[in-house]
Amino acid sequence: MSNTPDDRKYADSHEWALLEADGTVRVGISDHAQELLGDLVFVELPEVGTNVDKGEECSVVESVKAASDIYSPVTGEIIAVNEALEEEPEVINDSPYEDGWIFVIKPADVTELEDLLDAEGYKNQTEDE
Amino acid sequence: MTKKTILNNEHRELGARMVDFGGWDMPVNYGSQIDEHHYVRQSVGMFDVSHMTVLDVKGAQAKAYLQNLLANDVAKLTRQGKALYSCMLNDEAGIIDDLIAYFLDEQNYRLVVNASTRDRDIAWLQKQAGNFDVEINERPALAMIAVQGPKARQKVRPLLPQRLGLSAAEIKPFSACWYGEWFVGRTGYTGEDGFEIMLPEDKAEGFWKQLLEVGVKPCGLGARDTLRLEAGMNLYGQDMDETKNPLESGLAWTIAWEPVGREYIGKAALETIKEKASSDKFVGLLLEEKGVLRGHQEVVLDDSSRGEITSGGYSPTMERSIALARVPASIGETCKIDIRGKLKNARVVKPSFVRQGEVQIEL
Repeated sequence: MSNTPDDRKYADSHEWALLEADGTVRVGISDHAQELLGDLVFVELPEVGTNVDKGEECSVVESVKAASDIYSPVTGEIIAVNEALEEEPEVINDSPYEDGWIFVIKPADVTELEDLLDAEGYKNQTEDE
Repeated sequence: MTKKTILNNEHRELGARMVDFGGWDMPVNYGSQIDEHHYVRQSVGMFDVSHMTVLDVKGAQAKAYLQNLLANDVAKLTRQGKALYSCMLNDEAGIIDDLIAYFLDEQNYRLVVNASTRDRDIAWLQKQAGNFDVEINERPALAMIAVQGPKARQKVRPLLPQRLGLSAAEIKPFSACWYGEWFVGRTGYTGEDGFEIMLPEDKAEGFWKQLLEVGVKPCGLGARDTLRLEAGMNLYGQDMDETKNPLESGLAWTIAWEPVGREYIGKAALETIKEKASSDKFVGLLLEEKGVLRGHQEVVLDDSSRGEITSGGYSPTMERSIALARVPASIGETCKIDIRGKLKNARVVKPSFVRQGEVQIEL
């Protein structure tokens, strides 16, 4: 069964968003999503300094099966990207919630996180997939 | 209603991720598709391909019937058990399906056709049988397991019924032997040595479990696709279909132009197309940058003309992205691929990337 830690929020589109102590939001994809995608072979990272809207496509992960867009869970500025994924995209398969993070965003309005699902809600949503 | 092969429970017990594949509930992987891929290249893996359609053609005119039906010529088959890969064309030379024909004797042939095209194929075969003394019998109660990889034959042989194990040790590539309902072809869809084994459904579960016990790794349709792509083997429905002819699908080698006197369906259209020198050709592509080539991406040539990727993906063996593509004949040694609006550099290569575990092109 997929792992869904309850320290963070989840989007319908399978991203997770973790509010850090410094007020930034770290973003990746869920364990469920990496299982659905299969072995990841390429990650197209966003550029640091880009401003993105909530729900905007800002990155692409590609597995052996398919390409999948990553949507920003909040509005804000990309302040860091996980460059290690360029050489080792499979880190997302091995560690979707820790080493496999994709980018960090400085949110314009942190309360947007409240629109996302909590772990329980996300689990319920994905049960049927 | 999704169809299930006799091995469906085995896949589920092994924790396979199942998908709907042309109406069949099939395993896409049992964990990591890339691990499965490497295992086949380096050791031995097995695939449940029981969804494929087996058809026996029998009758006094079986040979004449197939000579008319197929673009390749079954008259090339003289040794018992020898197999032939061929396209089955419509009158316009469009590819109805690709298939393997095994020669049992002059009055008995076995065809293996794609699962996704089953209904259409059978209807076509029946229609064309009209003037010939033949009967066509589907063999739905046969399971089929492909065991592929450098260690495939040594792992399989001891598990076959004894008499068959002896003959299976002798058969040459692209040949088959059989005993009772068991049928073993030294064929496959991976670019590696191995066997495709047809056997009675009630024996399939036991045979699958024996293969597991001797260390044959179960592999899903995902690995099957990356293996065949590396081997440069076409996939029906992606690399060709009824609107494409063999000449623009990299399959000119499967057409038997000789003897010129042989009549077959699609011949006239094919000869007209050949005269005109088809403007499209079928090539392999190697992406020179990061990213993944996918079916339907646009190929941009130096002269600005356009082609299209028919199958693309990630090659686990080469750790690069590769593709098969249909492009204008003016293509040079390099081209660009439109990936989400960005043009990326690719090299044009022969569409055979990996065979027998060895990379065939310079990286």
